[in-house]
Amino acid sequence: MTSVGLARLQFGGTLLFHFLFVPLTIGLGILIAVLETFYVRTKSPAYKTAVKFWMKIYLVNFAVGVVTGIIQEFQFGTNWSEFSRYVGDIFGAPLAIEVLMAFFLESTFLGIWIFGWDYLSPRVHLLSIWLTSLASLVSAFWILTANSFMQEPVGYLVRNGRAEMVNFFALLGNPQLWLEFPHTVFGAMALSSFFMAAISAYHLLRHTHDDVFEPSYRLAVASAMIFSVLVFILGHEQAQHLIVAQPMKMAASEALWHTSPLHAPWTLIGWIDVARHSTPLVLQIPDMLSILAYNRLSGRVTGIMELNHLYQQKFGMGSYVPPVNPTFWSFRVMIFVGTSMMLIALYGGYLMWRRKRPRWFLVMMEWTLILPYMATTSGWLMTEVGRQPWIVFGLMLTAKANSPLVSIAELWTTVIAFGIVYLSVGVAVVYLFVHIIHAGPQSEQGQDVGDKPPAQLFVPTQERHAEGTGDPVIPDLS
Amino acid sequence: MLNITWFVLVAVIFVGYFFLEGFDYGVGMLLPFMGRTDHERRVVLTTIGPFWDGNEVWLIAAGGAIFAAFPDWYASMLSGFYLAIFLLLGGLILRGVSIEFRSRMEGLRWRRWWDTLFFIGSILPPLIWGVALANLVKGIPINAQGNYVGTLLQLLNPFALVGGLTVVAVFILHGAAFLMLRTTGELYERAKHVAFKVAPAVIGVFFIFILMMYYQTDVVRRLGLDPGPVPVLAWLSILGAGIFVRRGHDKWAFVSSGLAIVLGTASMFLAMFPDVMISSLNPRWSLTIYNASSNPYSLKVMTIMAVVMLPIIVAYQAWSYWIFRRRLTDNMKLEY
Repeated sequence: MTSVGLARLQFGGTLLFHFLFVPLTIGLGILIAVLETFYVRTKSPAYKTAVKFWMKIYLVNFAVGVVTGIIQEFQFGTNWSEFSRYVGDIFGAPLAIEVLMAFFLESTFLGIWIFGWDYLSPRVHLLSIWLTSLASLVSAFWILTANSFMQEPVGYLVRNGRAEMVNFFALLGNPQLWLEFPHTVFGAMALSSFFMAAISAYHLLRHTHDDVFEPSYRLAVASAMIFSVLVFILGHEQAQHLIVAQPMKMAASEALWHTSPLHAPWTLIGWIDVARHSTPLVLQIPDMLSILAYNRLSGRVTGIMELNHLYQQKFGMGSYVPPVNPTFWSFRVMIFVGTSMMLIALYGGYLMWRRKRPRWFLVMMEWTLILPYMATTSGWLMTEVGRQPWIVFGLMLTAKANSPLVSIAELWTTVIAFGIVYLSVGVAVVYLFVHIIHAGPQSEQGQDVGDKPPAQLFVPTQERHAEGTGDPVIPDLS
Repeated sequence: MLNITWFVLVAVIFVGYFFLEGFDYGVGMLLPFMGRTDHERRVVLTTIGPFWDGNEVWLIAAGGAIFAAFPDWYASMLSGFYLAIFLLLGGLILRGVSIEFRSRMEGLRWRRWWDTLFFIGSILPPLIWGVALANLVKGIPINAQGNYVGTLLQLLNPFALVGGLTVVAVFILHGAAFLMLRTTGELYERAKHVAFKVAPAVIGVFFIFILMMYYQTDVVRRLGLDPGPVPVLAWLSILGAGIFVRRGHDKWAFVSSGLAIVLGTASMFLAMFPDVMISSLNPRWSLTIYNASSNPYSLKVMTIMAVVMLPIIVAYQAWSYWIFRRRLTDNMKLEY
């Protein structure tokens, strides 16, 4: 593999791994904040138990999101030094502002929230989880401001051999941002709602703690309904914006080699022949692409070859075609999965309205957990792969953006080492999630041993005795 | 003017990072020696529990500030120290996940495993920062394009290694002083004993580093702002910390070790000024606060952001320390 290829592998791998955790941090934080609001209003202990249960999952998830996020920030410098030099003047600002406005707030108030149960009044404690969740949203806003610049660069001027910021407010007003930000946040909310619904369904099926999981389930299904519809609508809007801003990404995600007829059909699935620039076997819905693109039955969508020709005239010789297969298929996965999520959530809402909760639906709900993760991952794949060969669309090519003097050996070292780290951390997270979920809300033995006089519990002989079998189980007395 | 402001801001953020994460790393490095039972280890971790995450953000802030204000510095430093930076990031991953994962399961073997990783994750960052800062002050082989042309081994010169040891040593003392403020009983006595024992070694290694700094680098000859007596003052602070530990003035011991970190960091930045990356090949290839910076408009936007946000951040972080000011006692509820 080339240096650029390895640098991309590493960056993409970190991004996708990072984004397995980020949406749950954003969405679950807000859902927990809502549950704690119910607790503060009603003083019902079931809500508090629910908050404390979801908190355990939230914290494990949060930790991995944070550490992978740090790598994400520093990778711009380590692996993409030419990129940092060329656009750092404008691209660095949103990253720095993200730290100042979001990360400090998020992590400080998270610490206050975790440890503050006995130190703060219920209202101040509630405020701390709301501030933490709000900060995750602010963080999403600024990092997506930076990403939107890569999709649709605005507010800059090329001078002194680099892109310099000339209008900060243009960055904030980037039309791409105002589609990408809500789409991502709604997606995060949908993912977290499905997560909470799936785990609540697991416990409701076993009737372990119905008083705790009943409210969680209702909240999760209601929120899944709202946000899976909203994310769908914003996705549609974003596709329409692509036609204007990044037509090549749109054409590639449709495997549309040549400009469509006036009534453009939408390809449901198809076999793509990249070498011959054709899509020989297709299943199509007539007029659908025109509807998707322009909300009407007719309208041409420009094809890959025509766009490539146009770009060659504008930017010089070369190929400006992104990898068509990954773009096409990740777009398909996102749409099909997103649509099924929406239908499941709407049906779940209907069942809830009719006060029915059939067993088969709960069983299905458990298995839907995988869906939102597929949707968010394929969404990022489509958006980042579809932008290639550009790192900043129309401004800088990916092949010219990596660190020129970082050797292949160094790249392989970090790719392999961090691949192992991510895999191990991923396995540990799944193991812990399964343990926490299976143990349910009442098992706080790992947390509250301090309530007992420690001198009796933790003498060295008992420590040896407890090894392997686990500490003595102490019921939660709080 | 804005360039100088941002150089000072970056220095201030690094001071915040080293001062705050300094004791977090110190506590992490002392964890295997301080906590003999699982309960004790949990108390030790809980001393930094509410704070460490917020403290670590100072590092991300430093990265963000350099990226936004001095993109060329950011690009050269991170790509030049490539493997070292990844080792640092690896350490931060270990730290972040192990403190969060350890107490989620009851098995002692599980917890021991994560505690070991927490120890490793706490020793790597100070070691790497010490090596990196020493190299930054001394100068490294970077070419006209600002790219590092040396090898990894060239970064591991004697001066840099002493720098790494110094930062580790100072953070251990700082962490012990912090533990003395947060614990009671047996753990307090143990922290005090550790501080008592390590203080002479810390003072010694710090002294060697300062000495080498005057001889090994060209800070005296260069046109920059001479660090003058600041490194000496830093050393006097760490000496003071040792004396305060002996005299039993716990709070002053922590203040002194903190002051040593503040002054030590300041002397590194004073020694670099106005360069940010010194090229050992050709002085004209050095990156300075002028040729590595963003354009004035960008700096102005960032200045407004920083001037508004930093006081607010300091205020609520200070408030979080105020909330959890009570010492940890044995029968307290533990989260970790």
